[in-house]
Amino acid sequence: MELKGLGVSDGIGIGKAVVLENEEFDTSKYEVDSNEEKIRLSNAVDTLLKTLEEKAEQASGEQAEILGSHVNMLQDPILMSDIVKLIKNENCNSEYASAAVFDQYIQIFLSSGDELLELRASDLKDIKNNLLATLLGKPLMDVSRLPAGTILVAEELTTSIAAGINPENISAIVTMMGGKTSHMAIIARSIGIPAVVGISIEQIENGTSMIADGSHGILHLNPSEAQIKEYKEKQDVLEQNKLALEKFRGMKSITPDDREIELCANIGLELDIDLAVKSDAEGVGLFRTEFLYMNRNFAPGEEEQFSAYKKAAVAFKEGSVIIRTLDIGGDKEIPYMELEKEENPFLGWRAIRYCLDKNEIFLTQIRAILRASAFGSIKIMIPMISTVTEIKRTKKLIQQVKAELTKENIAFNKEIPVGIMVETPAAAILADQFAKEVDFFSIGTNDLTQYTMAVDRGNKKVADLYSTYNPAVLRLIYHTAQAAEKNGIMCGVCGESAADPLLIKFLIGSGINELSMSGVSILKAREIVRSSSYLELKEKVKENVEQLQDVEDAVVFLQTL
Amino acid sequence: MLNQKITVKNPSGLHMRPAGIFVKEVGRFKSEVMIYFKGNEYNAKSMLNLLSAAIKCGDEIELRINGTDEEECMKSVVAAIESGLGE
Repeated sequence: MELKGLGVSDGIGIGKAVVLENEEFDTSKYEVDSNEEKIRLSNAVDTLLKTLEEKAEQASGEQAEILGSHVNMLQDPILMSDIVKLIKNENCNSEYASAAVFDQYIQIFLSSGDELLELRASDLKDIKNNLLATLLGKPLMDVSRLPAGTILVAEELTTSIAAGINPENISAIVTMMGGKTSHMAIIARSIGIPAVVGISIEQIENGTSMIADGSHGILHLNPSEAQIKEYKEKQDVLEQNKLALEKFRGMKSITPDDREIELCANIGLELDIDLAVKSDAEGVGLFRTEFLYMNRNFAPGEEEQFSAYKKAAVAFKEGSVIIRTLDIGGDKEIPYMELEKEENPFLGWRAIRYCLDKNEIFLTQIRAILRASAFGSIKIMIPMISTVTEIKRTKKLIQQVKAELTKENIAFNKEIPVGIMVETPAAAILADQFAKEVDFFSIGTNDLTQYTMAVDRGNKKVADLYSTYNPAVLRLIYHTAQAAEKNGIMCGVCGESAADPLLIKFLIGSGINELSMSGVSILKAREIVRSSSYLELKEKVKENVEQLQDVEDAVVFLQTL
Repeated sequence: MLNQKITVKNPSGLHMRPAGIFVKEVGRFKSEVMIYFKGNEYNAKSMLNLLSAAIKCGDEIELRINGTDEEECMKSVVAAIESGLGE
């Protein structure tokens, strides 16, 4: 039987189900001597704290952090004083009092309408159950001793259980509740075991043989011999591929004929910075700054931005960090930006167009970026440029900020490179003129494809047209890279194509010298770079790029590279 | 007794990790630290109390600190919030 859910952690797990039941504790009220009861409560809390602290010490990374936050919550003064007050006032037992107080907070969090608080409600439930178990003298659920090949099945995997998972015996996690950002998913990803959520687990009994595919969100119950064999083979292939790629860690991204290609990571949140470093990226080719502006009531100040930019600069002292200025428009709800509802937000008042009109927000960002440039190798990149006048105006504003900082004696890189995203057809077509005005290009192939093919990639009726393999797009990429080369500036690619194995060789042959992608794709890209003959690719691309008529020709050609 | 209004500026507001840092900072002092927000009073030394206030980035809160080390406490707390609580 096949069940479909949502995959929240990649990989394949094969094994037998161990179903974790939600334990129901007896929290009925009875009379006690409140002084004795306070001591009993305090002992239970101490015991639980010790257990959690021990677990936290044995764990590391995400798991340790989460256990740590549970320890903090258990030591919360108000939580404890509320419970003790209830015990004193009603001379009741700790189980009843604890449940009552915890439930009160859980309710507040659940009805807050705030996504993060709702997630924290499950943390509280978890701590409450652990406390009740300790009070009643029951052992805490411990998954560290389950047999190897166990697939954990539960309605909801509590944080403290997830934090105790040993990847050596747990092959996969299957739950009903949870999503990509729940603690369980984050932990599963950080320790590398597959996880599927959204499954109606009533159909699963203890001991059921299962295959969990975390990459596709599929669960097979009682799979056949043939299915097991098939998935075991898939598992082996995935493992082998991962190991094989590991040998490229730390190696130079250089072709056998000495052409260097810089392999960088795209990041969009501060917490991506660590992942990018771990992925062996040589720098950041695209630091999306939108996260700093969203989900809030006023624009981020200079200090806040400066600290985020500086963190990236310091993490990548060796390579460069390309920071893209604000790239938001009418498609997003951002009250303080005074954006209007537009018919065509992607063709509208967004990104640099907005920034040139509403100077203040832009100038603050430039100040923060310039200040951070004193701490590493930062480059400024302007999105959605379509005219040379726009970039000239932008450069004037940057000069203005530089002069301000100089007057205030604040350090910054006076020679900070300024480049543009080439994502509008206008910028690509006029690349030779733009190349005279900037220090580098980065081709945003996703948007370039949309605008060039005049297709909305989200529109199912025409989504077929959206393909970067369209010869028109390939020509624009080639033309842009060549214009950059002729003018002696760097040209990178920061769209999805940078990680596409079918396109990497084409990009190298076109003259692209930097590829920026999601961290997970870096090692694979390096493998391809190290097996590409630049001069050969250069010839082949030059001869063929203008002969291609259609996507089919293009794909055939790309496969020959 | 010292009063001060301040705007929360870190991106996640007073949630989990930043709240934890805030509570740790406040816990170093003997004074009582209360936060007034949207007509309610919250004990800044309690992470749970703080979390239930659901204070977001951009929200203005009023700090009321009372105790023997209230001056130093106010200074530290304000500095912690202005520096973005580790974000």
